[in-house]
Amino acid sequence: MKQKQYKGWLYLLPAIVFLGVFMVYPLIDVVVYSFEEGYSFVTQTSAGTGLYNYRYVLHDTYFVQALRNTFILVIITVPLSTGLALLISLALSSIKSLRNAFQTIYFLPYVTNTLAVGLVFMVLFKKTEYTDGMVNLLIKAFGGNSVDFIDGPYWAKMFVMCLYTVWIVLPFKILILTSALASVKEDYYKAARVDGTRPFRIFYKITLPMISPMIFYLVITGFIGAFKAYSDEVALFGTDLNSAGMNTMVGYVYDMLYGNSGGYPSFASAAALILFAVVFTITCINLMVSKNKIHY
Amino acid sequence: MTKQITTTSPTAQDYRLIEAAAKRRRTIRNVFLYTFLVICALAVLFPFYWMILTSFKTQGAYNAEEIPKFYTLAPTLKNYNVAFTAVPLARYFLNTLVFTVVTTAAMMVVIVLAAFGFARMNFPGKTLVFSLFLSLMMIPNELVIITNYVTITSWNMRNTFAGLILPSVTSVFYIYLLKENFEQIPEELYKAAKVDGTSDFKYLLRVMVPISKPTLVTITILKVIECWNSYVWPRLITDDKNYFLVSNGIQEIRQNGFGRDNIPAMMAAVVVISIPLVILFLVFRNKIMEGVSRGGTKG
Repeated sequence: MKQKQYKGWLYLLPAIVFLGVFMVYPLIDVVVYSFEEGYSFVTQTSAGTGLYNYRYVLHDTYFVQALRNTFILVIITVPLSTGLALLISLALSSIKSLRNAFQTIYFLPYVTNTLAVGLVFMVLFKKTEYTDGMVNLLIKAFGGNSVDFIDGPYWAKMFVMCLYTVWIVLPFKILILTSALASVKEDYYKAARVDGTRPFRIFYKITLPMISPMIFYLVITGFIGAFKAYSDEVALFGTDLNSAGMNTMVGYVYDMLYGNSGGYPSFASAAALILFAVVFTITCINLMVSKNKIHY
Repeated sequence: MTKQITTTSPTAQDYRLIEAAAKRRRTIRNVFLYTFLVICALAVLFPFYWMILTSFKTQGAYNAEEIPKFYTLAPTLKNYNVAFTAVPLARYFLNTLVFTVVTTAAMMVVIVLAAFGFARMNFPGKTLVFSLFLSLMMIPNELVIITNYVTITSWNMRNTFAGLILPSVTSVFYIYLLKENFEQIPEELYKAAKVDGTSDFKYLLRVMVPISKPTLVTITILKVIECWNSYVWPRLITDDKNYFLVSNGIQEIRQNGFGRDNIPAMMAAVVVISIPLVILFLVFRNKIMEGVSRGGTKG
C-alpha cells in the first residue's frame, strides 16, 4: 500500500512540476513584483516596497486610454456578438436544407490565425496613396466621405476594432447557441402550437428561458475574452498600439514588459493585477445577476 | 365577426385554401431566413475571398486599381514566390510545425498521466491537490506570463524551442476534462486488470487511452489550433528570426518587411499561413465543432 501511494504522486509529478514553476510561482512572484518599487532587470534589485507601481499605472495616460478602449470594446462587442449569434442560430435552426453548409461557413473564422486575417481587414479598411480601399469605395458609392479606418479618427479605428472582434468571436457563440437550441424538447413547441401561441411568445416564453444558461455562459466568457483582447488589435494597427491610441489593457501589460517601451516588470505586474481585479469583479457581478435571472 | 357555426362542414376546397395560405407564409418566411443567412455567410467569406483574390494579382495591377476589382484576368503565382523568398516563410512554417507537434505531444503525456493519477490512484491529499488544480483554472495567462518571461530569460532560453514550449505543456482544464472521461470507464475493468497482474501503467496505455480516444483527439485538435495561432508568448521570447512562428513572421512582414508596399505578396503569405488550419477543419469538421463546444474557450 505504501508503494501505491508514492506511485500516485509519481503520475502527478510532471503536471505538478510544470504548474509549480510556470503558474504557482509566477502567481506569487507577480504580486511581489507589483509592490517592489523601481525593480530593474539588470541589477535584480529594487528601491523599496510600496504602492508606487499601482499609483504610477493608474495615473499613466496610456493606461487610462487602454482602460477606456477595453471598456468600450467590451460594452459594444459582447451584447452585439451575442445578439447577432442568437439571431443567426435561430435562423439556422428553422431551416432544413443547406444547414450544414451554413454552419461550416460560419465556423471558419474560428480556425483562422487572427494575426493573418486581421491583415485582410486592415487592407480592406486602409487608405493608401493608390486607393481609398474597398470599404471606403462602398461608403462613397452611398454618398459618404471616405475615412481612413486604420490611421484616421478615433471612432473609425474603434469601429474596425469592434467589427473585427465580432467577426472573430461569432463562430464560437453560434456553435454553442445552435446546439443549445437543438436541445430544447420539441414537445414544448408542439404543445404551444396546439394552444395557438404566437411565434414571438413561443420564443420569449419557451426558447429563451430554456437556452438562458447557455446565453449567460456566452456573456461571461465573452466579457472575459473581450477584456483580454490584444492580438486582434496588433493585427489591425501594428505593434505600437500606444501611439495608435488603440492599446488594450493586456497590450499595456506587454508593452511595459517588452519592446521599445518595455523593461518595467513592476509596472506590468501592477497593471496585470488591476486587469485581473476588474475581470474578477465583473465575473462575480455577472454570476450574481444570473442567480436571480436564469432558469436552470 | 360573430362566431357562428356554419351549417355546412368544411369542404376539400376550404382545406386547399388553408394549405395554400400556410405554404405562402412558409415561402415568405424562408425567403427572409435564407436572405439573412446568405448575407451573413457573405460577410464571413468576403475577407477570405479578398485575400485569395489579392494574392493572385500582380503588385503593379493592384497598385493601379484605384477602384479595387472583384476579379483578376491575369492571375499570377509570383506573389507566392516573393512570400517564400523575401522572408524565410518556410522556416517560420517549420518552426511552427515543430512547436505545435512537440508542445501537443508533451502536453498529452503530462495530462494523461495526471488525469490517470486523479481518476484511478488513491493516495492521501488527492482531493486537496485536485481542488488546488481546479482553482488554478481561474488564473489568466496574462498574470503569470511576466514571471515566466523573466524565468525563461534567466535560464538563457530565449530564442530556443525549449523556451517556447516549456510554459505551455500543461493545461489544468484538459486534465480536468480527461479525468472526467477516465472516471466514466468502469472501475471493474481496472480491478480485473489488477487481478490479472497488469501494471497500472500498462493498464493506462492498453485500456484507458484507447477507450478515451475521442476525448484525446478532441484535446489534440484544440491544442493544435491554439499552438498554430499563438502569438504573445513567442513574441516575448523570440527576437531572432530563425525562431519566429508564423504569427510573428506575418507581423514582421507587415511591420518591417514587404508588407508595407507589396500588399499582394503579403496576402499570399496570409493565404499560406491560413491554409493548414482550414484543411484541418474541413477534414475533421465534426470532431472540431464537437470539441470546441465541449472545451473551446475563444469567445
